[in-house]
Amino acid sequence: MELTLDILSWILMTTGGLFVLIGGIGALRLPNIYTRMHAASLTDTMASILVLTGIMLQAGFSLATIKLMAILVFLLLTGPTASYAIANAALLSGMRPDAAETSPDKAKTPTEPSA
Amino acid sequence: MYYAVSIAILVTMGLALVRAILGPSVYDRVLAANVFGTKTVLLLSVIAFLYGRPDFLDLALTYALINFVGVLAVLEFFQSRSRADAQTGGDQ
Amino acid sequence: MIVVVFGVFLLTILVVTAVAIVRTENLFVAVMLMSIFSLLMAANFFILDAADVALTEAAIGAGITTVIFLGALALTARREEAVSSGRMVPLAVVTVLAMVMIWATFDKPRLGDPDAPVHQHVAPWYLEKTPELIGIPNVVTAVLGTFRGYDTLGEVFVVFAACIGVLFVLSAGGLRDRSKEADAESIGLKHHLIPKVVGRLLVPFIVLFGLYVQFHGEYGPGGGFQAGAIIATGIILYALLEGETNALRALPRRVLLGMVVGGALLYTLVGVAGMLLGGNFLDYSVLASDPVVGQQVGIILIEAGVGITVCGSLLSIFHAFAAREAS
Repeated sequence: MELTLDILSWILMTTGGLFVLIGGIGALRLPNIYTRMHAASLTDTMASILVLTGIMLQAGFSLATIKLMAILVFLLLTGPTASYAIANAALLSGMRPDAAETSPDKAKTPTEPSA
Repeated sequence: MYYAVSIAILVTMGLALVRAILGPSVYDRVLAANVFGTKTVLLLSVIAFLYGRPDFLDLALTYALINFVGVLAVLEFFQSRSRADAQTGGDQ
Repeated sequence: MIVVVFGVFLLTILVVTAVAIVRTENLFVAVMLMSIFSLLMAANFFILDAADVALTEAAIGAGITTVIFLGALALTARREEAVSSGRMVPLAVVTVLAMVMIWATFDKPRLGDPDAPVHQHVAPWYLEKTPELIGIPNVVTAVLGTFRGYDTLGEVFVVFAACIGVLFVLSAGGLRDRSKEADAESIGLKHHLIPKVVGRLLVPFIVLFGLYVQFHGEYGPGGGFQAGAIIATGIILYALLEGETNALRALPRRVLLGMVVGGALLYTLVGVAGMLLGGNFLDYSVLASDPVVGQQVGIILIEAGVGITVCGSLLSIFHAFAAREAS
């Protein structure tokens, strides 16, 4: 039983770590702000669920588990909302989502908000 | 296994920092700061268990709760700026 | 061992962030990098096992600094002005100072060295006497609250003076008269349904968590400073969502100033009460018949004073920035 829990939490945490890494690479490599946001926010949510559940399995039934659950709930609420806020601010400033655009360095995306 | 996750998170923090410094738009930096915030929450949770000090989870909880106030402030900042620019016709 | 590697890595990217902050000319980018800097700082404190300091950095750096910086940024230009001349003298001064500081670190004992003077002298005494004299588990709170109560009183008055100073500076020149203007100016984020719903949900939890940090400070990381900052963040979130005017309606400026003054007064009065009951200034043992209980009562009261002052100051500063006319 103990071993099963350990293996399960190990798998969860490693997969979570993988998601964290993928998100980081995506946020660095993808071509424009909306794709980067897409990569970062989705993997953020998934990685939080996986890593925190993995730790919860390790913590057993204690106050720490309750705190971890609270952290998870607040992350699940605030993460997507923050992404929405950023996307909205970007859209307000006149950056258009453009699927055809591929180069991050071309001056098509304004480097400043078009104030 | 805590180590593996911590290393993944630290590497991602480094990648996000590169994105924050490179830009190019200001929103990339906000995004990077936001990614950084979530990663800090995860890192603090993992390290609290690595140290065997679960009462330190309060810190991660603090970040989970109030990190997003900063992002909302950014949204409000751009909103009021675009409104002000619409009134004055832009100052630049 | 590997935790040392983590620490070194975090410090390295901390330095990279600091250099990037100095290099950038766009002030908004600098604000965003500052928030990353603060997160890194907290993680570093945490790895060094300084949970109380890390919590302070988290409470201040995560929300309030960004909000106040953005408030200041709304009043000023968006770019730093380029300085082209007169840079040699500052450069020389900074270089000399940096060399002196690096030279001074050679005399420092190694990090965590058990033979370092600080671990020989007062620290063991604090660790040994805290359970006996004060009876609370968190030694940091004991040191801040009673052993070094004068220092903390000084800090509270520094916060008080800083708040008054900021209010003076910001109220010079024209204050925008919010009451006459229509609500159009301060609609907050009313049109954004998602942040509004989520934010409204979070406000009570943030305030509740702040109270938990306030009253749990004797047992875990936390205390008045952190709690005041967290509660202030909760109310600032309310102000962001519902607009300035509504937040001021809930907590008018007069109440905030009363909090700033009242918290500092509460701390001082606890000290004076100790004198009246026959002890020294800030000697809490005489507050109850049992000295240990007296110490605990004293700590709870002064922590409340600290929390009230910090919360009031941060909110007053926030509102003062928001009330300024952009020039």
